[in-house]
Amino acid sequence: PTLYSANWMQFITTTIMAVEYDGGVVIGADSRTTTGAYIANRVTDKLTPIHDRIFCCRSGSAADTQAIADVVTYQLGFHSIELDEAPLVQTAANLFKASCYRYREELMAGIIVAGWDKRRGGQVYTVPVGGMLVRQPVSVGGSGSTYIYGYMDSNYKPNMTKDQCLRLVSGALSLAMERDGSSGGVVRLAAISETGVDRQVILGNQLPKWSTA
Amino acid sequence: MALSNVVETPASGFNFENVSRNVALEGLLEGGHTKAPKPMKTGTTIAGVVCKDGVVLGADTRATSGEVVADKMCAKIHYISPNMYCCGAGTAADTEKTTDLLSSNLTIFSMNSGRNPRVVMAVNILQDMLFRYRGQIGASLILGGVDCTGNHLYTVGPYGSIDNVPYLAMGSGDLAALGILEDRFKPNMELEEAKQLVRDAIHSGIMSDLGSGNNIDICVITKQGVDYIRPYQESEYKDKRQRRYKYRPGTTSILTEKIVPLELEVVQETVQRMDTA
Repeated sequence: PTLYSANWMQFITTTIMAVEYDGGVVIGADSRTTTGAYIANRVTDKLTPIHDRIFCCRSGSAADTQAIADVVTYQLGFHSIELDEAPLVQTAANLFKASCYRYREELMAGIIVAGWDKRRGGQVYTVPVGGMLVRQPVSVGGSGSTYIYGYMDSNYKPNMTKDQCLRLVSGALSLAMERDGSSGGVVRLAAISETGVDRQVILGNQLPKWSTA
Repeated sequence: MALSNVVETPASGFNFENVSRNVALEGLLEGGHTKAPKPMKTGTTIAGVVCKDGVVLGADTRATSGEVVADKMCAKIHYISPNMYCCGAGTAADTEKTTDLLSSNLTIFSMNSGRNPRVVMAVNILQDMLFRYRGQIGASLILGGVDCTGNHLYTVGPYGSIDNVPYLAMGSGDLAALGILEDRFKPNMELEEAKQLVRDAIHSGIMSDLGSGNNIDICVITKQGVDYIRPYQESEYKDKRQRRYKYRPGTTSILTEKIVPLELEVVQETVQRMDTA
């Protein structure tokens, strides 16, 4: 997308993921930000709150996604105050899509929007590079996502519980981090439901282990 | 002003006008057999550490222009506000101007609102500006400060990305410095230990990176105030000048002296009353 040398550009080459369950969503991400082959931040928080019950998972250019998230946080906050009501996840997703699509030539951002609202419960929307918007029960993104499509397809079942979802996400992320050089660090998880947001961090030595390790 | 999917196109939002301008400029320069000027970079090692009582920032003092050391005692730790200082790596002019602009804006804000500026505010202003310029401002900054919410350390990249971490190193010597920091950093260190750690980190940057060198500056920011120690440690490779390069008064002998007084006469006098009602 950009014409200038991207030597100094920081990328969230990553693995991000979101899963719907009955009553909310579980989102997860690794914690690596790279500048070329150097890891600029090994404890990045890629799960950014947009509103009380709406989060976004960021991948792509660090600067672009931070800026877009800031813009959408403002727009959504304003909208929510005007309406005097909690905003819908669909609204947040559409705001992301609007920015990502309009400036698609200049931006490099792959975002997963996930949250809980009163109307439709837990929802996951994906806005990949280019500005498409689609709702999915499960979504993975980032450079490490390619390694876990098979795992997702075989292990996701509809109507899982929150704990099953947490285990699915942490398992999938550890597998991706194991194989993808651009993902690593710790696993950050968040479970969003009507009662609130429950965040956790799984450190490197506490990650689930797999047989070929 | 509300949602972006209202009928009329909002005038605010991302502005990429400078991108096309820069492309045009580059084309103009390269096509006409003129090379775009090489900016002076501070090949640098800068580092910052959050400790129990505050924040410690450190920097080397070498500024290079190509392969020549342009300034041996360059100040890379810039004043932002009484409670915040900022280390800058990258293009020297960019870091200087950006931090100056930030400092001025925060002073005006302080006067207008009667509040002391917070570190997050400074970081957001920097991020806004650097993102708007799409990486054309080559400034990698480490901003550290103490405010009513605690001790903070942030880094802002040239493209406008922010990271908030307890210890940082930037510049061409960052890998060497980060090695020391990763090895010996502990949360809630004592001030003296933190100063020693930062000094060691900058020292390793100076030893292992050609673009960093000369002296080490340290800036300690605490609730009580700021201790800007410049230099904290001088380079052991300093040389003494062989000669004095200043001429004493009287070196050039005066042969003749002619004094011509200027004769001024009042041609016109106008009085304009100021309306002070």
